[in-house]
Amino acid sequence: MKTSKSIGTFEGVSADQMYREHILDHYKNPRNHGTIKNALHMHDVNSLCGDEIDMYISIKNNKISDIKFSGKGCAISQASASVLAENIKRKDIEEVTKLTREDIQDLLGIDITAMRVKCMMLSLKVVKLIIYKHLGKEMDGE
Amino acid sequence: MSIKTNFPLLNKQKNLVYLDSASTSQKPQSVIDAESTFYKTANANVHRGIYKLSAAATELYERARQTVAEFINATPEEIIFTRNATEAINLVMYSYGMHHVKAGDNVVISILEHHSNFVPWQQLCKIKGAELRVINLDKNCNLDLNHTKSLIDKKTKIVAITHVSNAIGTVIDVKHAADLAHNAGAVIVIDASQSVPHMPVDFKTINADFMAFSGHKMFGPTGIGVLVGKKQLLKTMPPFLYGGDMIHSVSISNTTWNDLPWKFEAGTPNIAGAVGLAAAIDYLKSIGMKNIQKHEQQLTDYTLNHLQKINDLDIIGNPKQRGGIISFTLKNIHPHDLASVLDSENICVRAGHHCCQPLMKTLKITATARISFHIYNTKSDIDALYAAIKKAQQVFA
Repeated sequence: MKTSKSIGTFEGVSADQMYREHILDHYKNPRNHGTIKNALHMHDVNSLCGDEIDMYISIKNNKISDIKFSGKGCAISQASASVLAENIKRKDIEEVTKLTREDIQDLLGIDITAMRVKCMMLSLKVVKLIIYKHLGKEMDGE
Repeated sequence: MSIKTNFPLLNKQKNLVYLDSASTSQKPQSVIDAESTFYKTANANVHRGIYKLSAAATELYERARQTVAEFINATPEEIIFTRNATEAINLVMYSYGMHHVKAGDNVVISILEHHSNFVPWQQLCKIKGAELRVINLDKNCNLDLNHTKSLIDKKTKIVAITHVSNAIGTVIDVKHAADLAHNAGAVIVIDASQSVPHMPVDFKTINADFMAFSGHKMFGPTGIGVLVGKKQLLKTMPPFLYGGDMIHSVSISNTTWNDLPWKFEAGTPNIAGAVGLAAAIDYLKSIGMKNIQKHEQQLTDYTLNHLQKINDLDIIGNPKQRGGIISFTLKNIHPHDLASVLDSENICVRAGHHCCQPLMKTLKITATARISFHIYNTKSDIDALYAAIKKAQQVFA
């Protein structure tokens, strides 16, 4: 049988693949949720869907000594912030700036559609903005 | 025979449930054919060549204008082809607003406006030192009539209002708004993007001064839109863009402008787009605007009935009159997550702020899920939606 694949027809990501138990758990019970007084702080929004993330980071000896986040938005944006914060605590900041979209996707362990990548990447973007500002560098791209 | 068979995309993807026509509509075969036939048989530039082919292209382009004019009850010289409704509204802002609004004047809009009918007026007021006044909603998300009356005064130069809210479906009594504007000596600009594709709209009866809509929401191609303007106003307005076709004569030191409507159409226009739009109007007329409106009304009632049965689901607004647009939120499920789950069931809905951030802020929400209809939607589309929302609630339970 001849099958034709037209443009944008479909990435074949099911809801079950995108909303694994792991993601829903982090969404409902976010880790490292809250604020840190006198920490480095930045806020950003995903203007497409209104996701918001506030990140609070303390840096000691070029390592992330403490991290908390707050925000509101979709499950993907909030769960990825929780997973990210949990994962980069005590990590070297240099290492964190090298994290990519693939790394975040691996951490989350989910398949994601192209339209949702911005939701997934918002928290890493804010973390990188903080680190670059701390280092006095300009961020190049997202 | 089902209407869906007229739409190749829907006919091919039989399990696709397309509920995002307020964003853009699907295209019937007749529109796709009209554009393609134009390129295959009549393609030439308009208003230029002496040769027969150019005359044929010009004839088709101007006949398309005639078709649009008849469809909304205006004259052909009152029809200006633009890229879309956004460009049409910007044309009014630059060519009328910049020359009539002064410091101390005000422009009245409503909180329902799409960014395309919000930002141009906000920026005009900033440039001119004028005041932007925004009409609020009542508790059912109708325009607050008393507030409307209180905002329009002798200093009001422009009232710019949507006919049907793209975000929540409220239908506005634009005839009444036009009367209020005219009594104060202001002009009224109607954003008809969500009304012209779905219901009979009569430019003269509404007594609008300007009206804007996009072709792609009414089965036409993307990249073609319409500004309708009262002839006596358009005549007094300077051009929006300068270039070819919009001129009468050019010397080194001076230029005189072409007649209406070409004065406002600089450069080679979207000829095939206009031809496609005319085919779309022919298709709409073959079904009948009253029939389309009735079909969408029945579908809207059916959908509201179903949605009201779902726990933790809030429908935004309960307006006196609603177009085929329903916005809602679910407790504990962000609209984007819902849209992703629905997408995995091949159901297309819009989730987000719908280019209405000021409205979302007023309603104290960040986003909604929105479903919107056109003639090809059926009750079984809604049944699929209903089941999929239930499924989303299980995923997030």
